[in-house]
Amino acid sequence: MNALNKILRFLFYAIIVRIVVMIVLGLNVRHSEKLPTKGPAIIVANHNSHLDTMVLMSLLPLRLLPDIQPVAAMDYFLRNPLLAWFALKIIGILPLKRKPDYRGEDILSPVYNALQDERILIFFPEGSRGQPEKLSSFKSGLAKIAQQHPDIPVVPIMLHGLGKSLPKGEALLVPFFCDVFVGDAFKWTGSRTSFMKQLEQRMASLSEEGQFPPWE
Amino acid sequence: MSFNAANIPILWSLAGLYVLLAIASTIAFLLKRANPDKNYSELVQRIHSWWVMITVFSLAMLLSKTVSLIFFGLISFLALKEYFSIIPTRYADRRVLFWAYLAIPIQYYWVSIGWYGIFIIFIPVYIFLFLPMRMVIIGETKNFLHAVGTLHWGLMTMVFSISHLAYLLMLPEIEGFNAGGAGLVLFLIFLTQFNDVAQYTWGKLFGKHKIIPKVSPNKTWQGFLGGVFTTTLLAVLLSGFLTPLSLPMSIVAGLIISVAGFVGDITISALKRDIGVKDTGSLLPGHGGVLDRVDSLTYTAPLFFHFIYYYYF
Repeated sequence: MNALNKILRFLFYAIIVRIVVMIVLGLNVRHSEKLPTKGPAIIVANHNSHLDTMVLMSLLPLRLLPDIQPVAAMDYFLRNPLLAWFALKIIGILPLKRKPDYRGEDILSPVYNALQDERILIFFPEGSRGQPEKLSSFKSGLAKIAQQHPDIPVVPIMLHGLGKSLPKGEALLVPFFCDVFVGDAFKWTGSRTSFMKQLEQRMASLSEEGQFPPWE
Repeated sequence: MSFNAANIPILWSLAGLYVLLAIASTIAFLLKRANPDKNYSELVQRIHSWWVMITVFSLAMLLSKTVSLIFFGLISFLALKEYFSIIPTRYADRRVLFWAYLAIPIQYYWVSIGWYGIFIIFIPVYIFLFLPMRMVIIGETKNFLHAVGTLHWGLMTMVFSISHLAYLLMLPEIEGFNAGGAGLVLFLIFLTQFNDVAQYTWGKLFGKHKIIPKVSPNKTWQGFLGGVFTTTLLAVLLSGFLTPLSLPMSIVAGLIISVAGFVGDITISALKRDIGVKDTGSLLPGHGGVLDRVDSLTYTAPLFFHFIYYYYF
């Protein structure tokens, strides 16, 4: 990224995103002391809205901004040049392919490189944004990454309310408070199944910490 | 009326608030030192939040009238957003909720131009009729009655009631009364919040007989009556300084604020109990959400406003 680009990205997150997240929405953050303070780290959250990324990026201090990258699907975000510019340069995503182009290509290698560069990566292991305010099952790509980097902390975060503010397929943002629950960091558990089970359990217990009215 | 909130009574009152805060912080510090084993973190958080709230409020009152009106509009917005976030809402009503939020800037615009006639009927008449129409156009009939009822109650409580605080700033000047609308706002807000603290303190010290156990099991007759007594006494002492009220009228004002403040408090308690939440949010550490702090004001603001409006303006 060049200097102008860095300034644009900083202004986008420091002004526009913070106004939307802090004033229009408003955050109730529980256990913010459990957030990672430096990279490398992995943040794992549920995915109900485009606002999820904006909220997660706002939880960490702006000095960490150059190190944070949300991991996102290449085919969706790079489908046209304008969106690609916005996704790569302003939001600053780490694009991943859904399927390898040739046999033997490891589609997760950009992730390994980013973690080696001490980045903080944001994952939505549910894949795409699901039903508003519902938790879908997690995909297991994350387990492979944790296996490759067994010492990197994985911080689970549960977000509530964003699926009401801006659900999939809606363009009108309606203000609701967003409740954020940060869980304890954990690491590679020794096997992929036990890792995924651990993650699902932690997310489930975080979601039980708060009580929220669903859509009627 | 030319706006001059930075007049002598207001500055003295705000200074007085800071003296009270300093006393509260000192007491908390001494308590902590006397009983190092006890946990005073909630009390300390509560007092710390008071420092922040009073500083924001002082700035909002002193900077300019526009800033004061935006400040009250923002409080309405935060309270309404907390309310909409804790109650069940329908997916079909997203657009209706958006219109409900839009009522806030419009209502405060009426206040800012001092148009009393529309200020007093905009939400109770026009918004009341408009939102159900918007819902019907969307066409979802399941839980329609529940949705219109909860939406309108929220707007009346968080926007219509709270905007009365802002309208106090627009009342015309009275000869020989220096503190102006800002004096009335300060009088009302200070006594309402003081009454909360006083009822709590009297209840802690002498509380015995429960007053409304089904809604708020910690509230007692001793706390309620002690609060009414001290708040009314303080209303008499402060009214000459901040308001145009005569002695008998200041007693009535004190009674209105203390009794209505109690009712506002337990009304929001009933709402929270119905939904099953302890706090309406976590914006104010030690207090809860904004709605937990303005609960009493949703009753005292319109009642005190119409009392003073009827007799003095």
